[in-house]
Amino acid sequence: MKTTSNQVTLATAIAGLLALSQPAAAETLRLLTWGGYAPENVVAKFEEETGHSVEVTLSNNEEMIAKLRATGGGGFDLAQPSQDRIAGPQAEFGIYKPIDLSKIDASQFIPSMLEATKANTTVDGNVYGVPHVWGTSGLVLNTAEAGMVKDYTDLCAPEVAGKVSYRLRRPTLIGFAFSMGMDPFAAYGDEAAYTEIMEKVEAKLIECKPNVKAYWSGGDELMNLMRSGEAVAAMAWDTGGWKLNEDNADVTFVAPTSGALGWIDTFVLPAKGSADDAAYDWINFVMRPEVSAMITEAAGNFTASKGADEFASDELKAKYQASFPPEAVDNIKWYPPVPAGLEVIEGGVLDRVKAAN
Amino acid sequence: MQAAHRLGFVLLLTPLLLWLSLLILIPHVDMFLVSLRERVGVGEYATSLANYRSFIDEPLYLWTFARTAVMSVMATALTLLIGFPVAYYIAKMARGRVRSALFLLCLVPFWVSELVRTFGWMILLRETGLFSSLLQWAGLVDGPVEMLYNDVAIMVGLVYTSMLFMVVPLVTTLDSLDDSVIEAGYDLGGSGPSILREIVIPHAMPGIVSGSIVVFMLSLGNYLTPIMLGGKDSLWFTELIYSQFIVRFNWELGAAFGFMLLILSSVIVWGTLRLTGQTLEKTMG
Repeated sequence: MKTTSNQVTLATAIAGLLALSQPAAAETLRLLTWGGYAPENVVAKFEEETGHSVEVTLSNNEEMIAKLRATGGGGFDLAQPSQDRIAGPQAEFGIYKPIDLSKIDASQFIPSMLEATKANTTVDGNVYGVPHVWGTSGLVLNTAEAGMVKDYTDLCAPEVAGKVSYRLRRPTLIGFAFSMGMDPFAAYGDEAAYTEIMEKVEAKLIECKPNVKAYWSGGDELMNLMRSGEAVAAMAWDTGGWKLNEDNADVTFVAPTSGALGWIDTFVLPAKGSADDAAYDWINFVMRPEVSAMITEAAGNFTASKGADEFASDELKAKYQASFPPEAVDNIKWYPPVPAGLEVIEGGVLDRVKAAN
Repeated sequence: MQAAHRLGFVLLLTPLLLWLSLLILIPHVDMFLVSLRERVGVGEYATSLANYRSFIDEPLYLWTFARTAVMSVMATALTLLIGFPVAYYIAKMARGRVRSALFLLCLVPFWVSELVRTFGWMILLRETGLFSSLLQWAGLVDGPVEMLYNDVAIMVGLVYTSMLFMVVPLVTTLDSLDDSVIEAGYDLGGSGPSILREIVIPHAMPGIVSGSIVVFMLSLGNYLTPIMLGGKDSLWFTELIYSQFIVRFNWELGAAFGFMLLILSSVIVWGTLRLTGQTLEKTMG
């Protein structure tokens, strides 16, 4: 215990020294990120400590890539797409630049997570991403009324007819495929096999459609549906369930029996970013355990920072443990990198499900 | 003298040309070129008509395309039906302060953003919303009623969003109709409906057509209202374009869709003008 905290202090000191030893040119860091990943108190602390200023733009995976693609990787100095969305777009559009790992303090990261992300984001021998925040998606249930729902396919059960909501996006397709006993991740490399899996999922989702109240598209929409009781079972992120739990103790996040889907949001450098020093400073700064804890507080998700859980609030830890018994943690299905071109297959499926009667 | 004239002409023309070429012509040409590309491998593209072919081959796209067009036409017709009496009252019957107040009332909803207006409708129409609660309180229904997430909700949203753009041109044209012409109609023994048919509507035709064109274009290109108010079956063509560009990273097909939408709206507007015997010059100026 003592040594860890000493190491952490040492690491922090080294990171601080590194930050100080760099030329003190103040830069503007244009950060493209998710809501909650750059809370105001963290930004203020960073600006005070390094002299850089930070401009935050909030977005989501698809929009981040679309924005960077439109400018060929310009307009932002640091972005945070999920780790499965780095290798594909990089091979296809070349929108990122390799990360200089010597400028990153690896001792601040949970080693297994850092290695996994590095492996998943390597293109032509260059590493393009390091991990930041991770979490899962699964089921958000009103346990009083939809306690029988244990897995994604249970959303199609008559008990919850007309009171179900999920997104028409790829996590739904992947979740249903796992729940139906198939392994879509294993078929990523084989377009024919993947198409076959998706066709089965399409049939299931069309069959399930009468059960659906509405397909939600934004987090607020889902919150409203669950809060008002108009929906009692949904597919959503863990933090959404925990947030709703604060208002209504019956509603919470449940890891489905076929496994919650795990994602890791990363740091990447856009190809035409112009403030790399500030970007590296930001990465080293937010990975400090005490700063990471502030981000966990704001975003509701845990980070890849080593030792940060010690700073997390007991309340959040309790919710996490309730949703994730140890066997559920081992059962998390982590997204492997999406090969370029799969989106087209999935897109066709999603369009047909939406149009089906 | 001649040279000075010429210089003035060039200076006046430059902003217009810059506007037309930089903001309209070049983006469209670029979009057209993108729509002709086909992805053949990782980062490799070939020129082909594959995107337009997949648009024609996939019944879903054609169906959504037709659905969007038909619903936009319906929204335009409804807006006209509701907007015409409103405009007539404002232009011909209301006087003085009442008139300005009524006009202002049409304008007020547009002071807030479209997003907020749509959220307002969501609050009213949802199962736990105002209308549903009122109906239950009045004893007209037993359980909660869901009025959101269907095509009627989309229609309500579209008509509400575009009402102002119908009322304003109608008020302007009806205003220019001399009251004495209507009186003359009555003197010559005309009845209410026949005067409306023979005098008021022909006079208001330019306003009707220009209002309809604007409303139709707004509905066809609307993204927010169909997405938020629409149900699980409600596809809208702009939604398809958005998802091709942003979610699927398939700019090529998205660009082809964009072009099809441009062609569709042009054809419908041209057809309507021909059908009603109006010309663009007459209605716009």
